[in-house]
Amino acid sequence: MEISMETKLRMYETMTLVRRFETRAMELFKNGKFPGWIHVCIGQEASVTGAGLALRKDDYICPTHRGHGQCLAKGMDTKKMMAELYGKKTGSNHGRGGSMHMADKALGILCGNAILGGGLPLGSGVALACKLRKTDQVVLGFFGEGASNEGIVHETMNLAALWNLPMIFFCESNQYAELSHRDFHLKIDTIAKRAGGYGMPGITVDGNDVLAVYSAACKAVKRAREGKGPTLIDSITCRWDGHYVGDPMVYRKEGDLELWKAKCPILRLEKQLFESGALDESGKQKIIAKIDKDIADAEAFAEESPYPAVTEALEGVYA
Amino acid sequence: MKEIKLWQAFHEAMEEEMQRDSSVLYLGEDAGGKVGGPFALAKGLQCKFGEDRVYDTPDSEGAYVGMAVGLATSGFRPVVDISFMDFMLVAMDQIINTAAKIRYMSGIHNVEKVPMVIHTMAGAGRRAGCQHSASFESWFVSVPGLKVVAPSNPYDVKGIMKSAIRDDNPVIFMMHKFILGLKGQIPEEEYVIPLGKAFIKRQGTDVTLVAVSHMVNLALQAAEKLQQEDGISVEVVDPVTLSPLDRETISNSIRKTGRLVTVHEAWLPCGIGAEIGAIAMEECFDSLEAPLIRVGASFNPMPYNPQMEDASIPNVPRIMDAVRRVMKD
Repeated sequence: MEISMETKLRMYETMTLVRRFETRAMELFKNGKFPGWIHVCIGQEASVTGAGLALRKDDYICPTHRGHGQCLAKGMDTKKMMAELYGKKTGSNHGRGGSMHMADKALGILCGNAILGGGLPLGSGVALACKLRKTDQVVLGFFGEGASNEGIVHETMNLAALWNLPMIFFCESNQYAELSHRDFHLKIDTIAKRAGGYGMPGITVDGNDVLAVYSAACKAVKRAREGKGPTLIDSITCRWDGHYVGDPMVYRKEGDLELWKAKCPILRLEKQLFESGALDESGKQKIIAKIDKDIADAEAFAEESPYPAVTEALEGVYA
Repeated sequence: MKEIKLWQAFHEAMEEEMQRDSSVLYLGEDAGGKVGGPFALAKGLQCKFGEDRVYDTPDSEGAYVGMAVGLATSGFRPVVDISFMDFMLVAMDQIINTAAKIRYMSGIHNVEKVPMVIHTMAGAGRRAGCQHSASFESWFVSVPGLKVVAPSNPYDVKGIMKSAIRDDNPVIFMMHKFILGLKGQIPEEEYVIPLGKAFIKRQGTDVTLVAVSHMVNLALQAAEKLQQEDGISVEVVDPVTLSPLDRETISNSIRKTGRLVTVHEAWLPCGIGAEIGAIAMEECFDSLEAPLIRVGASFNPMPYNPQMEDASIPNVPRIMDAVRRVMKD
């Protein structure tokens, strides 16, 4: 697939944004700026970017508990995200959701679901609604290879294939399910092998090659838009950090991190861009500076924003 | 007025609401074609309204309940059939972690409403065994974000179902499989019964008898016998909507009579009876002449053997006995 230099640069910027946002979020969390747990996707930048950039603004995503990168690649405002992490009233969910449940109606970011695979059925309902309304919008549902073993994922895939729904099932196989390596829970080497069992095409893609991910995602999106039904994409990547920030990763395979860091998705594209002359060191620093300012502004916005009144906890339970 | 059976009342409600509002959809196992679901409640709906409105789903309760939430947040009003209440358990994550919570946790500006109904058949007495006889209403009543209704006669079934479909929240609509053929009178013209209102089904002065679902019918029979045999005047209260519960109507009755008996077919621990008892304590303590007496299923899974099943569930004599005991105190 021919990808324009403009798109490649956009991919590079998006991946850098994800990396730097997640890194800063980790620092802020460790410094006690906001509570709870966060699950960062450092190492998986190409997966979320290739998927997100293949979508239109009016398409939908089903984010997961590890959803910051998924939301950023769909165009979410860093201010709203940071404020939500801080639990502020100005956050994407007005402080009610937090890290794992970010939502943005205008961008088609359906509420993040932290139950593994749990967000996919809702996505299938949105996809059916698009089909009934005869729009050509599509729904991209994220999940991990650990989640792929949940019954609900099988149910939804069968249903989506059966009813020819405009969905993309996008698996980020990041090598670990919570605190266990995939060797402990998966018999097969790629879950794309399951796709035929549901009656949909399955593609395995190098999840650290943003161009490959983007190509596969675009193909699946086009298929869905043309009314040809869902596709299962298995994007092979690796998360560098733990399941949650603070996870001591005692289960991490030896040498694993070094192996995968050598395949860094950002450096990979950067090398290509440098070699082709589309980007140089000065351009790179400009991009980083712009992103860091954006993140700093988001942080300031979050710090300065008010908390919601505690009485708001009782509101909105029923429409 | 016209006479109608309970299942027909449900069917009329469905048909009228689907006619009235093209955003109303129906999803369920075997719902399509000539079948209309395991209890034929949706019979003929697909033929009338088409395959874009009535969906025959695979055996995937979690998937199609979650799908219904997605439809509900996208401008549709799905009605979902989970044929036996026991099977609601298969979809619990989608019912509670998604349907009940999604509006709240998204921030209500992101999800305006979740208008969906899950209708299901509860209840024992049909020798259906441990996994087809459930009464799990109290589990859903305890979850903020869900509404729960349990109508027990044709008039209530039709009026409440129409309101449930028009409600902008997820509603669990519970019917009892023992009374599918129960006859009752309903108006010829259209009517709705609002959610959130309890009804005094029989006026009385000595005891407040709060009953859930089909137990209302048994309670009314017991009340009639108690009046004739014992001269006890029983007030039968039917909450109809279990969540949000009409605490005011129930409390007023308890304060009036000073004595409370509850009856449901669910197990006693944490059942609706326990909740009503808590209301009596919280709001009617000074009026109570006697402690609460609860009638419910015995604490065992529902046996298949007919005599064992009958021994495990409330009946008219057991309800009468409870009322007599509360009067003695």
